[in-house]
Amino acid sequence: MSDANSQALAHYQGNFLKEVEERVEEGHWVKMCMQCGVCAGSCPFGPHWEHSPQKLFMMVMSNKRDEVLTTDSMWMCTSCYTCIVRCPRKLPITHIMHGLANYSHRLGLAPKKQPTRDVARLFWNNLAKTGRINELKFSLALYFKDGLVQGIKNALSMQAVGMKLMKAKRLSPNELFGGHKCKNPKDIQTVIAKAREIEDRRKGLA
Amino acid sequence: MSKKQYAFYPGCSSQKGASASNYLNSIGVMCEKLDIQLNEIPDWNCCGASIGYAEGGELPRLAVSARNLALAEQNLPQQDMVSGCPACWLASRETIERLEESESLLAETNEALKEVGLNLKNDVKARHMVEVLIEDVGFDAIKEPVVKPLEGLKVAGYIGCQANRPFGIAGESFEDPKYLDNMVAAVGAEPLVDYDQKISCCGGALAFSEPEKSQKQIQDIVQSAYDHGADVIVTPCQLCQANVEIYQRDINKREGTKFEMPVMYYSQLMTVAYGGDAKQAGLDGNIIPSDKLKKFAG
Repeated sequence: MSDANSQALAHYQGNFLKEVEERVEEGHWVKMCMQCGVCAGSCPFGPHWEHSPQKLFMMVMSNKRDEVLTTDSMWMCTSCYTCIVRCPRKLPITHIMHGLANYSHRLGLAPKKQPTRDVARLFWNNLAKTGRINELKFSLALYFKDGLVQGIKNALSMQAVGMKLMKAKRLSPNELFGGHKCKNPKDIQTVIAKAREIEDRRKGLA
Repeated sequence: MSKKQYAFYPGCSSQKGASASNYLNSIGVMCEKLDIQLNEIPDWNCCGASIGYAEGGELPRLAVSARNLALAEQNLPQQDMVSGCPACWLASRETIERLEESESLLAETNEALKEVGLNLKNDVKARHMVEVLIEDVGFDAIKEPVVKPLEGLKVAGYIGCQANRPFGIAGESFEDPKYLDNMVAAVGAEPLVDYDQKISCCGGALAFSEPEKSQKQIQDIVQSAYDHGADVIVTPCQLCQANVEIYQRDINKREGTKFEMPVMYYSQLMTVAYGGDAKQAGLDGNIIPSDKLKKFAG
């Protein structure tokens, strides 16, 4: 078990709602849910969620900590924001789902090999390196995230599209050798590191 | 008339050689015709997009967007920030609102920005390009530069998610926004107002991680365009454009469909209608070309 997780368990003593309210982005909204189910019925990926947002909110309030933090449900969020605009209580549901996913990831409880978690990590690391997304390196990292053999298969299957995009000047081989970036990537790294330090201190994750 | 000036935030995909470089080109030509001057925010960075939350958390994510806002405030004072990218717009506007609501978050954000000599006053506005067109330019003025009305071009206006939610466009409903259809009509094309997938999700970033689930969405989006007799799908979003265009091939392979539906930006239509050639409109950037639009472009 990660140190952060044992620390959290000791600190909140079985009060998961309080933990979510204090540590999860927009988590203080959870108790406002009235269980109408509009979010569950509106989600484009609804059938793929083990637990819908509506259910997750009830599970938070019912202290189902392990079940909430280890499910891959939140990782099904496409960030379409339909749930937010339809929620009669105006809960920022998308952000709470993002917050729960981030918290479970930070505690090391999110499912291993969860593809959206992997893609999200690759994306953030890509941007944090130079300040701007390097689309070619990001695509290659995606193809090869499950190993060399799978990577070559993926790259070959996307080859035709890749060539077309290059021809259309929408993918540049120059991206492999530097490519788009901020003037001083160190600035971005510094801002991110400092922000993370402050947030971790506030949330007891340091 | 003096030019309208904006602090321009192109975003990662709208750079030379990036996946929406043709969007950038056509926006440039469109704005020139409409007397809009876009001043690029110096040294802007990625907004974190819709998938930045997982590794970035809350404050680092807000801080990277705050850096862009601070750079805009400092270098292009009094100008609204404008982006053609819904994700850039969403992240920037969300940051502004979140920091407006919480003094402590603003203080923490500035503590991080101080490390690189920046400070955010948070008095800048973040807007999407279509807001500038609808609210600052207006439909009448959008019509003015039209020299080649796109008569007979049937257009499925696909707005997608983030150019519509959570913020939306003033005066529009979330469930049935009309602005894109109105923009299409303004350049003389025929909007297919009954197109029923206009606010559906293409899967967004999950097109990479959950390809089959996302392609099911994309299949509906394209099929409905065919069912309504569309010549092209038009969108205000780079990720919608890329996902809906690129994955038609995979869907055809798996489902036996014969999709070959062009997916264009509103700015490409406008550039052609304003007399721009195929290159200016970025038509060479579409991997599924629209012969009809090419014909208009000459």
